[in-house]
Amino acid sequence: MKRIKAALLVTTAALLASSASAAGKLEIFSWWSGDEGPALEALVKLYKQKYPSVDVVNATVAGGAGTNAKAVLKTRMLGGDPPDSFQAHAGQELIGTWVVANRMEDLSSLFKSEGWTTKFPKDLLPLISSKGGIWSVPVNVHRSNVMWYIPANLKKWGVTAPKTWDQFLTTCKTLKTKNVTPLALGENWTQQHLWESVAVGTLGAQGWQNLWSGKLKFTDPKVVKVWDTFGKVLDCTNKDASGLSWQQATDRVVNGQAAFNIMGDWAAGYLSTTKKLKPGTGFGWAPSPSTSGTFIFLADSFGLPKGAKDRAEALSWLKLLGSKQGQDTFNPLKGSIAARVDSDLSKYSTYSQSAAKDWKSNKIVGSLTHGAVAPESFTSTFGTVIDAFVASRNAQVAAATTQQLADKAGLGK
Amino acid sequence: MKRLSTDRLWSMLVLAPSVILLAVFVYGFIIRTGYTSLTDWGNNSLALDTTVKHNFIGLANYQDLFTSLLNARFRQDLVNTLFFTVFFIAGCLGLGLGLALMLDRNPKAEGLWRTIFLFPMSLSFIVTGTIWRWMLQPQGGVNKLFGLDPDKYEWLTSRSSIWQFDWNKVPLITAIVVAVVLAAVGVRALRDANRTRTIVAFACAALLLAWALLVAPRLKFIPVPELHGFNIAFIGILIAAIWQMSGYTMALYLAGLRGIPDELREAARVDGANEWGTYRHVVFPLLAPITLSAMIVLGHISLKIFDLVYAMTGPDNAPTSVPALLMYITSFRANQFAVGAAIGVVLLILVAIIIVPYLASQFRGEKRA
Repeated sequence: MKRIKAALLVTTAALLASSASAAGKLEIFSWWSGDEGPALEALVKLYKQKYPSVDVVNATVAGGAGTNAKAVLKTRMLGGDPPDSFQAHAGQELIGTWVVANRMEDLSSLFKSEGWTTKFPKDLLPLISSKGGIWSVPVNVHRSNVMWYIPANLKKWGVTAPKTWDQFLTTCKTLKTKNVTPLALGENWTQQHLWESVAVGTLGAQGWQNLWSGKLKFTDPKVVKVWDTFGKVLDCTNKDASGLSWQQATDRVVNGQAAFNIMGDWAAGYLSTTKKLKPGTGFGWAPSPSTSGTFIFLADSFGLPKGAKDRAEALSWLKLLGSKQGQDTFNPLKGSIAARVDSDLSKYSTYSQSAAKDWKSNKIVGSLTHGAVAPESFTSTFGTVIDAFVASRNAQVAAATTQQLADKAGLGK
Repeated sequence: MKRLSTDRLWSMLVLAPSVILLAVFVYGFIIRTGYTSLTDWGNNSLALDTTVKHNFIGLANYQDLFTSLLNARFRQDLVNTLFFTVFFIAGCLGLGLGLALMLDRNPKAEGLWRTIFLFPMSLSFIVTGTIWRWMLQPQGGVNKLFGLDPDKYEWLTSRSSIWQFDWNKVPLITAIVVAVVLAAVGVRALRDANRTRTIVAFACAALLLAWALLVAPRLKFIPVPELHGFNIAFIGILIAAIWQMSGYTMALYLAGLRGIPDELREAARVDGANEWGTYRHVVFPLLAPITLSAMIVLGHISLKIFDLVYAMTGPDNAPTSVPALLMYITSFRANQFAVGAAIGVVLLILVAIIIVPYLASQFRGEKRA
């Protein structure tokens, strides 16, 4: 009797095991934890509804902007154990790191079969393609060039949101006489973020794109002027910038210690959810100076590494990410907008609706700080250039150093 | 005889695994890192393509680190490390000795005090860093507690630096320092009436000085002046580091003080030495070997320091960056593995400069004993 029981047990166990392996598995790798975790969970839930037999493994490595996750990912990719699909900032961060290393699969056929080539904005596709292939599916879109303020405070100080950098510098003088920090600034990457807004504002969208395609040199007088303007803008910021996170810098605006803050549109989520301010009346926004009509974008995207163990499941995951339903499930929770132009705007917040309108009509360019236009090796070292400039304020040296960096990173090749 | 050889065999057998592991995971990896630093792995965008061959480029990475515009942060980190090491060691030794002298006078509840002072050492640098970061933030604990103006007391966020010098002057400064040391050696040799040594030392010193005055000013590593100095933001990190490690020096010194026999002090007093004289001529000289050991341990900690700085000001804050942090960022974020390896090798050499002479003297001492 005992023996039969044991045999039965073994057989059932074996059956269970085999059925589990037949159902398949999907491992997704990201750095979405904390605030962004629920959005990812909603997506996973949707995936499970469609493919109930697949076992989804959520391999999240926490840590700001993915620094830790990227190090873990490198170990796994180089060690021959790639996750089935992983998160990367859309554009050069993925292309300059993994596509040139010949480790990603071309997703052109997926884009064609799903009809996505017409569903994403025209300016977007070149930014996620290279060498004739399309390399990742953008899940969301964030805008980097937004200036935030509290309308009531501006009224009190008698200023309005400046439209150009020249206007900003005048406003800066007025605010300084009232003992208000004109522009709240945070740690190193937010300074890089500010530089990108200054650069796009000074060079224009076309000039910015020429910079990354190699047509415009970093040593060109026009680009040196960006550094000059950046220096003047820095004079309008708080001195303790390096000790503040972007949230703390935004807090200064909310508290009325500072007038403006230039940050990506994740700040909208922070201001409305955490700070309980009403979009439009409690807090206001405008494109950062001299960039109206231009949308500096960054996107999170997922790609398909070569040698993924569960390729079929990963492909169905990517299909879900690019679908209208997938994007409209994820983005309202994440506080971003859909990369597709046909999303259901009623699901989004007031801010996101206005951003989505701009996404369809504006000129779209890529963000430097968030990996769209330059490979990691450039972005990482560029932070050091910014730091050196903050200390020395030498525009010529900054320009020359950046050009060296661009040559080394192979920009425009 | 037979017994001895089985013993030998056993000892070798027992030691073998760790010897093999050490050979592979320490020395093998050091060699591998050294070789990597001589290649161009990561100097182009194909860093992560393992099918690409990495070319041998000799010492170019090192040359870049010390002379190219792009690597200003590395040079700043070296200067930071120098200042940090000096102040960290001085602070720990001074505070540790002070605490030990106080405890040596047998105060009430001595054991409790000892535990309190030694306690920070039981924390990891990450914990220490996080606590002190909270306390030293512009609007944070220390400024609030003492009512200090956050705009003036920028513990971790200051961007100013003092004692600045131009990196192009490094050969000049080095030559002058070495010349002064040689001159001191010469003076001592003169006093000892050692003629050859006097002549050699003075000749070398003169040669170096002449070189420093005639050739060095015309040497230029970098086309523009590059100023480095002691960054004020390091004061906050120094406070945390000294807070953490001065308990350790206190314990060392206390052990040393307790090891000095009372007879020696009494003998000094009988000879007419006052309290200060006893310390000056009897106690402190006997503590000298302890100071040396403490300096070695603290010195290599400060050269390799990573976690404390990471926790307090983050990896991207250049004014408070150190080489270990830069090595991590360069290799694992910018994918410049060869340059990262080169920074690692420079760090290894720095640590070796401190540790090897000490080990050598220890071994010599053991042999003599």
